[in-house]
Amino acid sequence: MPTLTYRDALNQALREEMERDPSVFLMGEEVGVYQGAYKVSRGLLEAFGPLRVVDTPIAELGFAGVGVGAAMVGLRPVIEFMTWNFALLAIDQLVNSAAKMLYMSGGQIPIPVVFRGPGGAALQLAAQHSQAFESWYAHIPGLKVVAPATPHDAKGLLKTAIRDDNPVVFLEGEMLYNAKGDVPDEEYTIPLGAADVKREGGDVTIICHSKTVAVALKAATRLAEELGVSAEVVDLRTIRPLDTAAIASSVRKTNRCVVVEEGWPFCGVGAQVVDEVQREAFDDLDAPVIRVTGADVPMPYNKQLERAAKPDPDKVIAAVKRVTYLD
Amino acid sequence: MAQPAFVSQLDPDRAEFYRHLLRQMLLVRRFEERAGEAYAQGRIGGFCHLYIGQEAVAVGALTALRKDDYVFASYREHAHAIVQGTSVSTVMAELFGRAGGCSGGKGGSMHLFDVGHNFLGGHGIVGSHLPLAAGAGFAIKYRDTDQVVICFFGEAAVNIGAFHETLNMAALWGLPVVFLCENNRYGMGTALERAAAVYDVYRRACSYDMAEETVDGMDVLAVHEATTRAVERARVERLPTLIEARTYRYMGHSMADPIHGHYRTKEELEEQKQKDPILDLQVRMAEGNLLDDGALRVMKQAVEEEIDAAMAFAEQSPEPAPEALFTDVYRE
Repeated sequence: MPTLTYRDALNQALREEMERDPSVFLMGEEVGVYQGAYKVSRGLLEAFGPLRVVDTPIAELGFAGVGVGAAMVGLRPVIEFMTWNFALLAIDQLVNSAAKMLYMSGGQIPIPVVFRGPGGAALQLAAQHSQAFESWYAHIPGLKVVAPATPHDAKGLLKTAIRDDNPVVFLEGEMLYNAKGDVPDEEYTIPLGAADVKREGGDVTIICHSKTVAVALKAATRLAEELGVSAEVVDLRTIRPLDTAAIASSVRKTNRCVVVEEGWPFCGVGAQVVDEVQREAFDDLDAPVIRVTGADVPMPYNKQLERAAKPDPDKVIAAVKRVTYLD
Repeated sequence: MAQPAFVSQLDPDRAEFYRHLLRQMLLVRRFEERAGEAYAQGRIGGFCHLYIGQEAVAVGALTALRKDDYVFASYREHAHAIVQGTSVSTVMAELFGRAGGCSGGKGGSMHLFDVGHNFLGGHGIVGSHLPLAAGAGFAIKYRDTDQVVICFFGEAAVNIGAFHETLNMAALWGLPVVFLCENNRYGMGTALERAAAVYDVYRRACSYDMAEETVDGMDVLAVHEATTRAVERARVERLPTLIEARTYRYMGHSMADPIHGHYRTKEELEEQKQKDPILDLQVRMAEGNLLDDGALRVMKQAVEEEIDAAMAFAEQSPEPAPEALFTDVYRE
């Protein structure tokens, strides 16, 4: 099986879907001539021309709305935000236009649009460029929210997102673009709303998504080697719809649960997961669920402080020790 | 007294068209008056923004379009939906929140939609539908058809970022969109001169090297002619236009707001009512011997019957089924 980077897997997904469906187009800042700020759209302008790979002015609200409007009349836009930090300028179009149009039109106007781009912290980009917004969008009925962790999942989920008739918020990990993984040659898609067990285990469930999947997997390896604890790593892949069945079934097996996310703790993705766990697996729990999140502060620039603000394997191991009463 | 808004000479060969314009204006005027009564009786809820006084703009502009063109409007859009072809019955039923409403009772006064007539809302956030209209214009360019988009918005929308971002992209990319600003002077209770450094909305087009025109929005024929020119520019040259129609609303911002008071005087309102766009056309048609009292009476009677039927339809239309609460959130 070929090995691809996360970036190239996304590129393949875009290319394949644009070849498959002439109503799919890509629009955003620097997606064309510059080949993408993160090179996800490399070669697409040459392959599909300027009508289907559209460079925009720096006008997030405007071009996000252009995408929604084009979707209203039947096109399938993929709108790239250079980062999700800048998408805050466009959030009115995502929340007030894209998410609600089908409902407030009484079912007349679906919005088949994908909003995608990198999210989460990179390295020392400081407060305004280091934010994970999964929970913001997952809060909104009418939006679907996807955050893949691997090249394989990134490709299969993006293809599905483009074919979906609803607005999909697709958050890529800025630090994952160079991550490599196996991606099959043959055509495949991955359904939205299906979590994936990235590592099987019997002692504790670690629930994670996007960049924190790698953190959880590292922690799981060390837990096995250093403490003999067998951790099951469940990658949500899609935040909304949430695969509550997969969460519950893993927790029923392990009886212990840690939830890891890069975002802030208050009203975060983990809060929703914990709510599901206590309702669906209350009698199976042998310990309170512990969350590992980004620190509840704006991201600092200083390297040591930044490291302290992010989830890492040590923090996950500490949380696992608490739910297994090993500390 | 203010001067009547005579702009263009009536052409006897177009008498049928003038009668159509007059009937449409009467229809939306009476629709709004009856909606206002129903609101006062508590049969219509929420926000309800009436269009009384501005009829010449929607009627003059939308009669310049083809059936396959797209229409976007703000939350003061009952008239635009009706003139575009949505039945008065389904619009009234939507105001009543009933299942037979054009949005199934889930949109209400501010969110009328009718895909069958390419009426694409009904948008409640000031300025937010301008980029949507540009998106439909982009789709026209993408598919290489000769359709046109028209986007109606109030003068208060020209100070929001979406206006500038959209006009820039529309001009930059050559999108076939007519941006029609209905300058009724007041954003709720804020006069334009208290909110804008430049009063003349049309002058903003020069920032984007866009064609512009200003027109008397109380003169239905002038609006029709200006829009016809802009539609032609969009359809043939695929270029956008900014039209500023100077108009006036005779009611408060919404049914919940005073008609006059802190922000405008009763005298100003009365003076503007002398320029009533419906009376203006009636007088001009009568002077040109294109309308007699009998014909006008028959027309008004037919309009009243149409609104009566719409009220009856709305009242008899069922409430949405309880399960409608959870449908249409996602398309399966």
